[in-house]
Amino acid sequence: MSARDAILSRIRTSLGATAGDAGRRAIVISRLDNAPRGVIPARGQLPTEERIALFSAMAEKVSASVSRVATDDALPEAVATFLRDTNLPAAIRMGNDPRLRGLPWYRVPQLAIAFGPSDGSDMVTLSHAVAGVAETGTLVLTSGPDNPSTLNFLPDTHIVAVRAAEIAGDYESAWGVIRARYGKGEMPRTVNLITGPSRSADIEQTLLLGAHGPRRVHIVIVG
Amino acid sequence: MEITSPQFKQNSRRAMQDPNLQKAMGYVRTGFIERRRIAVEGLPEFDRLRDSARDIKNHTLAHLDLYLEAYETKVRGAGGEVHYAETAADARDLILGICQRTGARTVTKGKSMVSEEIELNDHLEANGIQPIETDLGEYIIQLRGEPPSHLIAPAVHLTKEQVEADFRRVHTHLPADRDLSEPTTLLAEARAILRERFLASDVGITGANFLIAETGTSVIVTNEGNGDLSQLLPKVHIVLATIEKITPTLEDVSQILRVLARSGTGQDLSVYTTFSTGPRRPGDPDGPEEYHVVILDNGRSSMLGSDFQDMLRCIRCGACMNHCPVYQEVGGHSYGSVYAGPMGAVLTPSLAGIDKAGHLPNASTFCGRCESVCPMHIPLPKMMRHWREREFERHLSPKTVRWGLGVWAFVARHPRLYRLATKLAIGTLYKFGKLKGRFRRVPFAGGWTRHRDLPAPQGKTFHELLAERKRAA
Repeated sequence: MSARDAILSRIRTSLGATAGDAGRRAIVISRLDNAPRGVIPARGQLPTEERIALFSAMAEKVSASVSRVATDDALPEAVATFLRDTNLPAAIRMGNDPRLRGLPWYRVPQLAIAFGPSDGSDMVTLSHAVAGVAETGTLVLTSGPDNPSTLNFLPDTHIVAVRAAEIAGDYESAWGVIRARYGKGEMPRTVNLITGPSRSADIEQTLLLGAHGPRRVHIVIVG
Repeated sequence: MEITSPQFKQNSRRAMQDPNLQKAMGYVRTGFIERRRIAVEGLPEFDRLRDSARDIKNHTLAHLDLYLEAYETKVRGAGGEVHYAETAADARDLILGICQRTGARTVTKGKSMVSEEIELNDHLEANGIQPIETDLGEYIIQLRGEPPSHLIAPAVHLTKEQVEADFRRVHTHLPADRDLSEPTTLLAEARAILRERFLASDVGITGANFLIAETGTSVIVTNEGNGDLSQLLPKVHIVLATIEKITPTLEDVSQILRVLARSGTGQDLSVYTTFSTGPRRPGDPDGPEEYHVVILDNGRSSMLGSDFQDMLRCIRCGACMNHCPVYQEVGGHSYGSVYAGPMGAVLTPSLAGIDKAGHLPNASTFCGRCESVCPMHIPLPKMMRHWREREFERHLSPKTVRWGLGVWAFVARHPRLYRLATKLAIGTLYKFGKLKGRFRRVPFAGGWTRHRDLPAPQGKTFHELLAERKRAA
């Protein structure tokens, strides 16, 4: 018997179940198909502007910084301003994401822009999130041809753009967005929920930012 | 699993006299507990979420075979491979096989308790492959050749001075006069060294907090980002997880996530919650080319349907040990097993046998704090009692304990004798102790009075007081 069959058979013996029990199977299929929601905290269930305010407040609570611009076209200047205000070099790396690539970067000619995955030498990277989650100030990022995951973890500073209209109250709404894009039961290779910059408290419980991932996360809300 | 649990008493005596350990444990007593309290009080739905999380796990365990099959189908559909291991040795060999086939020389690792359970690092090293722990705490204890002393803070037993000494001992290529006096400089040094290791690694190994049946996804929850770099940069990603990590849907995972970090570190959510589904897709600019999941049983399938099934709900948050008065005093290493504290006192006997781990379920005051803070409502004291019963049934308890329990049982079954004995004992203690109100030494009670005084009773038995109260009413 294979290890697989041995384990499954031992589980069934312990549970007093049989492999062919159609009733049990129907219960499992139904749960997987319907993915029932459980308890959703009231905290994030707010009108749009209050939800965005909660998202910002929760993100700042975990040491991210937040700014806001009215339109996509204002993003390049917001990025350049952030870099200048924080004394960072005027250079960023981003994915080939059309949402980012198509922006009027010519308006900030001093900014050096590189595209594609990071090899670890970039100080600052820019990504866009597919959603924000207000209840914990969390960003939801997906990997894909135009969205390298290395941009999320290797730089010192990670700038993330998120559309105001895509800031949800809860994680469950973000799963709705992913399912609408990839199909029920399907996922992109990686979904990163990111809540503030990297940290560690492994030495004497002293909380320090920038353990292995970015020391700084800056969120630009668009819209 | 190699354990020193039979030496629990000696281990804990030594621990209580270790000034470094006692200093380090002071941070547990203050930090974790207060942060959890604040996080829990900040979420009015917390208790309902606990119930929800418990129900999800109970449902999953009752249908575990079917959810495992569904999970496996989805992983394969996403281009990943699923391997099953019945024992620790099987899992070690499976992982070694993947490393050897891909010509790996170094392996970077995200934090994984299951990897500690199966002693994976020793096995890889013995076969010429260098495993590198990348969680800061795990990195420190790897340098020291120690097992973790806590589920989520593996180096919680150390002071910063001890970490500094280890870094100076091992990082000899760096200037000897560098400043390592603060946690921040220690972290910077580890970050720089490990960054090189990440970029040069051949295989990344992580654990999993959840395996999602709906999508074939493995989930890791971290704060440092080391788990992500471990699984993102090398050509091969191996996930090592046990059967009970299966969770039906993204919604179910979201319920449990809401109680996990709050219970452990007191965060609302950990910094990185990463969902991985299969290897790099066509057109992806980064990510591993191979994605393997090794699903380990190692005794867990036999816990299903037993008195210890509830233990399989455990999500390894560490709240039970943070709140345990015994753990706080003796630290994780005293338990002599990778799983310490109340959860370890229940799990270790299941995995290693009650004959070896019998001291652990006895190392409890049954104060019940562990159960009261457990986000999964695991009845830890009840299960420790089950283990004590089994130990007694199998005649594994020490003779003095058995004799004492025998005398107690006889007296308790004879009410007149019981009343007489308690009246005599309490009366005598009252007579001798009423002046000072306490005893510094009592015959046959040295285990108690060596460390603290025994309060003197007030002179009457419970039965007498009850009778008085009834008369008065």
